[in-house]
Amino acid sequence: MLKKEILLAIEDLTVSFDGFRAVDAVNLYVDKGEVRVIIGPNGAGKTTLLDLICGKTHASSGTIKFKNIELRDLDEHHIVRAGVGRKFQTPSIYEDLTVYQNLEVSFPRGRSAFGSLFFKRTQDVVDRVQEIAAEILLTEQLHQLAGLLSHGQKQWLEIGMLLIQNPELLMLDEPVAGMSVRERQQTAELLKRISANRSVIVIEHDMEFVRAIAHRVTVLHQGRVLMEGSMDAVQADERVIEAYLGH
Amino acid sequence: MPKKLLSHWITAKNRSDLINLALLALLLLVVLPLALDIFRLNLVGKYLTFAFVAVGLVLCWGYGGILSLGQGIFFGLGGYCMAMFLKLEASDPVSTAIQSTPGIPDFMDWNQIKALPWFWEPFHSFSFTLIAVLILPTLFAYLIGVAMFKRRVGGVYFAIITQAIALILTVLIVGQQGLTGGINGITDLKTLLGWDIRTNSARYILYYINAALLLGGIVFSRWLLSSKLGLLLVALRDKEERVRFSGYDVANLKIFTFCVAALFSAVGGAMFTLQVGFMSPSFVGIVPSIEMVIFTAVGGRLSLIGAVYGALLVNFGKSYFSETFADLWLYLMGALFIGVVLFLPNGLAGLFREPRQTWLLIKHTALMLVAKLRPARLRPEGK
Repeated sequence: MLKKEILLAIEDLTVSFDGFRAVDAVNLYVDKGEVRVIIGPNGAGKTTLLDLICGKTHASSGTIKFKNIELRDLDEHHIVRAGVGRKFQTPSIYEDLTVYQNLEVSFPRGRSAFGSLFFKRTQDVVDRVQEIAAEILLTEQLHQLAGLLSHGQKQWLEIGMLLIQNPELLMLDEPVAGMSVRERQQTAELLKRISANRSVIVIEHDMEFVRAIAHRVTVLHQGRVLMEGSMDAVQADERVIEAYLGH
Repeated sequence: MPKKLLSHWITAKNRSDLINLALLALLLLVVLPLALDIFRLNLVGKYLTFAFVAVGLVLCWGYGGILSLGQGIFFGLGGYCMAMFLKLEASDPVSTAIQSTPGIPDFMDWNQIKALPWFWEPFHSFSFTLIAVLILPTLFAYLIGVAMFKRRVGGVYFAIITQAIALILTVLIVGQQGLTGGINGITDLKTLLGWDIRTNSARYILYYINAALLLGGIVFSRWLLSSKLGLLLVALRDKEERVRFSGYDVANLKIFTFCVAALFSAVGGAMFTLQVGFMSPSFVGIVPSIEMVIFTAVGGRLSLIGAVYGALLVNFGKSYFSETFADLWLYLMGALFIGVVLFLPNGLAGLFREPRQTWLLIKHTALMLVAKLRPARLRPEGK
């Protein structure tokens, strides 16, 4: 088997808030094309870990190397431009804009003030928006206000807003929370399609969903990595059962 | 470019915008000049200079969500730049021969200043003055914007800081009487490059220049809002984090919009000086800055055209009521602001666009107030 290339290498990452170590000496390596799921009880530091990677929170110590670029030194928008996309836990879309506008605004061109002023809606933009809309099953809602979408559709739209930027690493915080069974299946299929040519980190509690998508699973507990491995190995591990799955 | 702008406007979804602009142009360029005598028309021209500020606030507050309570700063800076040029022209050595130092503005002479201060010198040049009107306030807005937005200061804190800066600038102008004309401002402005701006014909011409600039500003703003930047502003107001984590430097977008609003205010200020014939700190400080926000709120903070009507109506109301009930005016103004915020969140433009929703909102709020105000014993159990 070929040795896989590492896309994201997190080493000894720690952040402490007034002495409380939300993330404590975490090591995590994500390969190119891998779907990694992070599970763990509430307060385990899952969301904080994503915050650290995307620059929302600043680390106390450690390194976050993405394609060998140290992300800790970069501003949020530069991290995004380097190829890291992040979906928030609650659907974070622009409710006053249409689905089309939500996607167009996320198109990665014309990102400066003047650039956006003189941004032209060329055919490639229109094509790309329609391509993404088809991917996230929102073609028919393209000209509807995003605020009127169902909860699940909002989640998809936000994923679409990230996809249009074609990130090499996509981070999704509880993408299927609040979704119906059918929507969960559709989301799992969507994730499989989009992970074909990029790495994805997903935080999720729904074990069935995790099983459907995960290549590897990392269990966080009290800010530390408790265990890492395949879904089967994780579910069989006694420490994991005690800390998380058991109750 | 202008043709393209126009086509952009026409092809825009909301065609009623075009009709509304045409109606406004008709009102400003034909109806008002025919209906009003030059004294009243000049007054309208003065109110329209505030409309520049209001239109700028629609961009930065209405769409971008950046509430500035200090637009008087830029209105004042623009106005003072123009006033300094006009004052120097009015202070030639012949007409100031009776001063102890002829050739400097009269208020400097009264304050025992013997020579023109260095920063007044370049205002001998009209082209420098025009550039200064456009650049200085915008540059100042840029500096404020960088200092605030790069550090993620926003919302209420930003509003309070702009207000503080407006106050500081007023205190500075009033305190440095010899350099700025103090509380009286810069008065007795007479000619612009030898052209007497106090005559009726000059007032007509200035009114038309002012109205044309304002309409041009609205067309420009409409274009800005229809660009991707316009979408981004709406996005920013709604979910700032999402914009930031979509690869945008949010601070830069805000700084740019704030600068555009400042530029508009400055042009308004310069036109004010030209039409009214003086500039004073009473158009810089806290109260005028808040009034400018009220014009925008009354007109509708999402409506470029509504902002103009807001500025006109509130100012007409102000001059009518402050003549009749001088003491009551400030209270009325406050009540008007609260009323608009409570009942007309989208101002008069909202009333015009969605009369039904507005009526429902008024009804519900009134019922809620009645329920709250009812004596406790009359309320149902457990409330």
